Amino acid sequence: MAKKKTIKTIPRERALVEEQNPALRARNFDEVTFCLSPEQAQIETDRCIECPNPGCVKGCPVGVDIRGFVAKLAAGDIRGAYEVITETNLLPAVCGRVCPQEHQCEGACVVGKAKGLAPVAIGRLERFVGDTAIANGWTNIPYIEPNGYKVGIVGSGPAGMACAADMAKAGCDVTVYEAFHVPGGVLRYGIPDFRLPNSVIDAEIANLEKLGVKFECNVLVGRLFTIEQMIGEMGFDAVFIGTGAGYPTFPGIPGDNLNGVLSANELLTRCNMMRAKDGGFDTPLPIGTRVAVIGAGNTAMDALRVCKRLGAAEVRCIYRRSRAEAPARVEEVHHAEEEGIDFQWLTAPVEVLDDGKGNVRALRCIRMELGAPDASGRRSPVPVAGSEYEFDCDLVVVAIGTNANPIIGQTSRIKLDKRGYIATDADLATSIPGVYAGGDIVTGAATVIKAMGAGRRAARSMKRYLGLRDTDAVYRPVPSWRERAFGLDPEEHNAVRVRVS
Amino acid sequence: MPSHPDHRGFEIVAREDFSDVTYLLEVHHPQMAKAARAGQFVIVMLHEHGERIPLTIADFDRQKGTITLVIQAVGKTTREMQQVCRVGTHLLALTGPMGEPSHIGGQRHVVCVGGGLGVAPIFPQARAYKESGATVVAVVGFRSKDLVFWEDKFRACCDEVIVCTDDGSAGLKGNVTTGLRQALDADPEIDEVVAIGPPVMMKACAEVTRPRNIKTVVSLNPIMVDGTGMCGGCRVKIGTGIKFACVDGPDFDAHQVDFDDLMVRLKRFSETEKAALARWEEGCRLGTAQPAGK
Repeated sequence: MAKKKTIKTIPRERALVEEQNPALRARNFDEVTFCLSPEQAQIETDRCIECPNPGCVKGCPVGVDIRGFVAKLAAGDIRGAYEVITETNLLPAVCGRVCPQEHQCEGACVVGKAKGLAPVAIGRLERFVGDTAIANGWTNIPYIEPNGYKVGIVGSGPAGMACAADMAKAGCDVTVYEAFHVPGGVLRYGIPDFRLPNSVIDAEIANLEKLGVKFECNVLVGRLFTIEQMIGEMGFDAVFIGTGAGYPTFPGIPGDNLNGVLSANELLTRCNMMRAKDGGFDTPLPIGTRVAVIGAGNTAMDALRVCKRLGAAEVRCIYRRSRAEAPARVEEVHHAEEEGIDFQWLTAPVEVLDDGKGNVRALRCIRMELGAPDASGRRSPVPVAGSEYEFDCDLVVVAIGTNANPIIGQTSRIKLDKRGYIATDADLATSIPGVYAGGDIVTGAATVIKAMGAGRRAARSMKRYLGLRDTDAVYRPVPSWRERAFGLDPEEHNAVRVRVS
Repeated sequence: MPSHPDHRGFEIVAREDFSDVTYLLEVHHPQMAKAARAGQFVIVMLHEHGERIPLTIADFDRQKGTITLVIQAVGKTTREMQQVCRVGTHLLALTGPMGEPSHIGGQRHVVCVGGGLGVAPIFPQARAYKESGATVVAVVGFRSKDLVFWEDKFRACCDEVIVCTDDGSAGLKGNVTTGLRQALDADPEIDEVVAIGPPVMMKACAEVTRPRNIKTVVSLNPIMVDGTGMCGGCRVKIGTGIKFACVDGPDFDAHQVDFDDLMVRLKRFSETEKAALARWEEGCRLGTAQPAGK
């Protein structure tokens, strides 16, 4: 038994994680951040003080047993750690990379509350476990007893994947419908390879297929068949809608329809999903030499960094508030700065200027300052009179958010909220019995992990709706005969543990 | 890609060549044949290295479980499809039906105008109007007599068919606006015109009907990527607002459409497109072009 760790005895510094040199990486699409080595993972594991009442678990939207998996790692059992994580999160290699941990698990870590200490790098440890699992071909496939229920999932993004995994584990026959020719949703079309390589998505989807989940691509639900048809003639007992937000917003300023003004979604889809950045692919990709990206969320950061990697000489970020209000992850802003992105904080676009042939010539902007706090307590930006200026650019990428995608609303009688998103109750049930929804199509654009959390919550409600026992806690490997004596599963709640001596 | 290890794509079950640039593909997809309505389109991807291109559904046969695409070979992808899409081969991806179906309402006297690439996709609309009980006049335009196709199909479902050719080698001499004017003059009760074709032709049709105050619907063809409303590449100016043709259209009120904006936006990638075609043709000559499905 190791000596009890305290805040005083743990390593003070985080394990150093290696990153590609900024000058080099700004010209390639390889991953920026390397995976921890086993030695580095050990150092980071040692920094966890194994709190009796861990805040990190509450900070995780899907409630991964963080202390449990770190304890396995501390014991040198990476496989065991993988099994603990995958009880609640089937996509550790994805979440370890893209979650905003500073607002979630790591934000709640006790170590991080101590003076001068950074929280345990839970995300990096999760990625270490996920990557090790992929490298070794591990999967955590529980024994699944088919229950005869048929479940349809609309959309193969993070929400759909998480819901599909839970329903498959509960024994349902699950089919995921995807409108694109490849599954993965935003993980595929949006997040670039330097943050999340396609090989990781493929590996995680292959794991879902091993659970029996079927993916059907090239299916646009709402048009090829409707939600009502799924519940009716197609015989689905329950349906989950996780179609995402989509429908990008444009700034509504003069010139925003010029050639050379495009949404970040379009740029990223062409670059990532259609692989236009690679040689030998047919999809054209608009490449700017001087680029302005409007917005400062994670999508904007991806667009900025993609443009840099595509060879732009100058890439500017235009954001009307200050750095402190930027919705992007701190790490992403930091990485972008290192790569030479020019941040124009407190600046709003006023007009896109034409070169006379319908192309972008320049962007006119105005400086802003933060005014009095509004009703929500956020200081709203107000223009500074007489501060307008122009700068030459040939590509303007818009990343200022999205609206609800209208297809499901156009083609079914499902109830929508005022903003056009799908209306649900607290259990994520929609106005159509048996139909649940979650992720961006309910809340508007949010994060990958929040979408996954919603997918899992919806799965819990769907299981209740179908009258299935909640199987959330029973994903451990089949116990030995001793543990199963008298047919009792020790993991079952209320089961009296019987030992045969 | 995951799922369906046996999925080779969507099988081409018939092909017909109308001219050296225009060809028809009939693709097996029973579910889509059942769901398709007039005015909708599909997105096609030929192979894994391909791009996604939108094509209007020119016909669908619910009994046979097929949909029909009529394609004009204008660039790299459509030329490559012309070369490799034979009966028995497969398209990697075929997604649809996409877009809002045409609103076939209570119109009693309708003119359906198809010009150039628009002759095929106007057909399901003409048929749908006929089935709804309207009197339908079709005006179809071609460059010359040799390029005329589907005249019989239009005759079978329309009350009148006016063929126009640029050189006068068949039917009326002139473009479709000549035929449209003739149709409007002949029947003062025309209460709707539907026009599909190149933007310049649709714009011309809109200008014919505007002074006469006849409701006119056009099917817009902007550049698209996903076809599901998530990128906005296909945004078009309608009146004072912006719409996405893939989910709000592709049908719009012709008198509200900013055609000049559409035409400029269609040239977004013209340099890249020319280069891609040149590269591909060079590859064909050298015999190094990527075979389909590889």
